[in-house]
Amino acid sequence: MIKQKHNMGNKLRSFFYLFILLIFVWFAFTSSFDIQEVITGILVSLVLSLFLSKTFNELGFPPFSIKRGFFFLTYFIVLLWEIIKANFDVAYRIIHPKMPIKPGIVIIKTKLKSNIAKLALANSITLTPGTFTLDIRDDQLLIHWINVKTTDIEEDTKIIGEKFEKYLRIIFE
Amino acid sequence: MNNIIGYIIIGIGVLFNLFGCIGLLRMPDVYCRLQAATKCVTLGICFVLIGVVVIVGFNPLGVKALICMVFILVTSPTGAHALARGAHKSGVKLWKKSVCDKYKDKESK
Repeated sequence: MIKQKHNMGNKLRSFFYLFILLIFVWFAFTSSFDIQEVITGILVSLVLSLFLSKTFNELGFPPFSIKRGFFFLTYFIVLLWEIIKANFDVAYRIIHPKMPIKPGIVIIKTKLKSNIAKLALANSITLTPGTFTLDIRDDQLLIHWINVKTTDIEEDTKIIGEKFEKYLRIIFE
Repeated sequence: MNNIIGYIIIGIGVLFNLFGCIGLLRMPDVYCRLQAATKCVTLGICFVLIGVVVIVGFNPLGVKALICMVFILVTSPTGAHALARGAHKSGVKLWKKSVCDKYKDKESK
């Protein structure tokens, strides 16, 4: 686990991020720049980010940089492509008369350290059809796989986790 | 023109939702059903919402559809994960033709 520094700068930073995020969501929802809407939005975001900045800080999001943003976009596109590809695979298995499935629960290992990175990895694995995460124990992820190719830990890590992990390692660490 | 493209995308989304429902009926156990139900349906809903955005364009309605998409992409895996873990903890067995169950081995160790 990475030790979070609870100094003033960190808190101020997370407060600022949260405020920007909230105000963005507010304007996306109201989508009007009426003076009343703007004032209400700023007030509500200010109060919410005052109360929630501590929790947000504990989540451990990394500081923003251009490189991280770029890799996040790349990662998003890779994830989307994997989702679509794998969805066709699962759809094929579902409508095939003989149902060619070989379900099982396998273990993969991850080198990611922070909790938020593990969460992102687990959610990405769950979003790609055919695999979903059951549980996380330290550095091991338990995964239900609809078509088990091999039960070897190293091989499974390569097939399921590697393609996401190399991006997440740059984004979160 | 936008209307036609949008309706085609919505049609694809509905098709994926249909696959998800068929999978829900055909799959043998809880975990495989979750695979079909949560994944195909997630992509299906995303396609439907993208179709809505294409039809109405970037006005308040379209932006709300995009936000809904983000929420679904974040919450649906979490829900599936919680359901599956709960099912395994309360002792729901895997399909008898399953290849391996390393979770059980780990628990009993």
